[in-house]
Amino acid sequence: MADQQLACATCQPKGLCGGKGILTLKEGAWANNPLSIQVLGICSALAVTNRLENSLVMGAAVIFVCVGSNLIVSLLRKRTPHRIRMIAEVAIIATFVILFDQFLKAFYWDMSKQLGPYVGLIITNCIIMGRAEAFALQNPPILSIVDGVANGIGYAVVLAIIGFFREFLGTGEILGHTIPVFSKWYTPNQIMILAPGAFFALGIVIGIFNWIKGPETEEKK
Amino acid sequence: MNETAAWVIFIAAIFTNNILLTNFLGMCSFIACSGQIKTSLGLGTAVIFVMIMTTMINFVVYHFVLVPYSLVHLQYIVFIAVIAAFVQLVEMFVERFSPKLYFALGIFLPLITVNCAILGASLFMIIREYSFMQSVGFGLGAGIGWAVAIVLLAGLRQKMRYSHVPKCFEGVAIAMVVTGVLAMTFMGFAGMVAIQ
Repeated sequence: MADQQLACATCQPKGLCGGKGILTLKEGAWANNPLSIQVLGICSALAVTNRLENSLVMGAAVIFVCVGSNLIVSLLRKRTPHRIRMIAEVAIIATFVILFDQFLKAFYWDMSKQLGPYVGLIITNCIIMGRAEAFALQNPPILSIVDGVANGIGYAVVLAIIGFFREFLGTGEILGHTIPVFSKWYTPNQIMILAPGAFFALGIVIGIFNWIKGPETEEKK
Repeated sequence: MNETAAWVIFIAAIFTNNILLTNFLGMCSFIACSGQIKTSLGLGTAVIFVMIMTTMINFVVYHFVLVPYSLVHLQYIVFIAVIAAFVQLVEMFVERFSPKLYFALGIFLPLITVNCAILGASLFMIIREYSFMQSVGFGLGAGIGWAVAIVLLAGLRQKMRYSHVPKCFEGVAIAMVVTGVLAMTFMGFAGMVAIQ
């Protein structure tokens, strides 16, 4: 239990990614996928996935913030005193989130309204903090960018999968478009776009990922 | 301005608009720390306290500092700084005056800084344009709602140790599905009161 709490406090992912470039990419996007394997950052994963469109925007936001904050944290890693590194990381992440938020407000007002507070909540998304803490603090800038891209993509893909199924089953539509024959015949299952559907969808996705990955991840619990 | 009475918001924040089960905030610590009823109770108490205090402080900061000086775009960075500073302060205060409470709550306090429910409550307060009293009701209600949810899940997970869960669903996956059922139960309260 104590380990778990510690892991939750610093959001330290399980192992550090070793190796370089391509290995980092593979590690972040699949083997150590932030959402389905490490189960970090589920708040926004659940909240915005009622429509595929929202999921895609959220995925883009996380990729942007993760890459940006990883780069800056990595550039400053030798200058940041160890004691205040957390505050420094939060400030850097918050800056990038504000950038993205202002961008959404300026060009995509409707989307900004729909996502509501969840854009701001990217700051407390454990994935970004976790990557900054576990990877960018120890690695050179280029590798940190790769790691940011990998984890961002890994997160965005799972988000898109959940968003797709929730919108598909919940409304019978995809990206707001009706599907010719299917939409007439299918009775939408409202529960999928409401809160419980999100929990079910994520639980099942995590279960399926565990099943595909086979026994080696099961020692995690 | 939002016209709903403060106590209605308080009730709604616990039952119909539970911050965890309908807005999905604070999931990280919800999943990680719901192994035992005792720990979840400790964390729940700490969250209630910090949430009500930070919504109050953030309300004052937002309406008396950020708005007059048109610094609203900095709200995220200011809110998170207020929360982090407040948690630090509480930790030092509790350590100095009540070592017993410190050991009971100690490990949970740092966790709260990264709990998105706290930041989320402040952001909802701004978006829904609550007045001061409404914010207090909302902060308290949201905190209690969060604590209720985590204690319920902890109880269910303790029972679940004796059931046969498919191998690949063990741990987090089944906890999510159970939370889904819990969320459905809470949807039963939906007709009671409604805020947005």
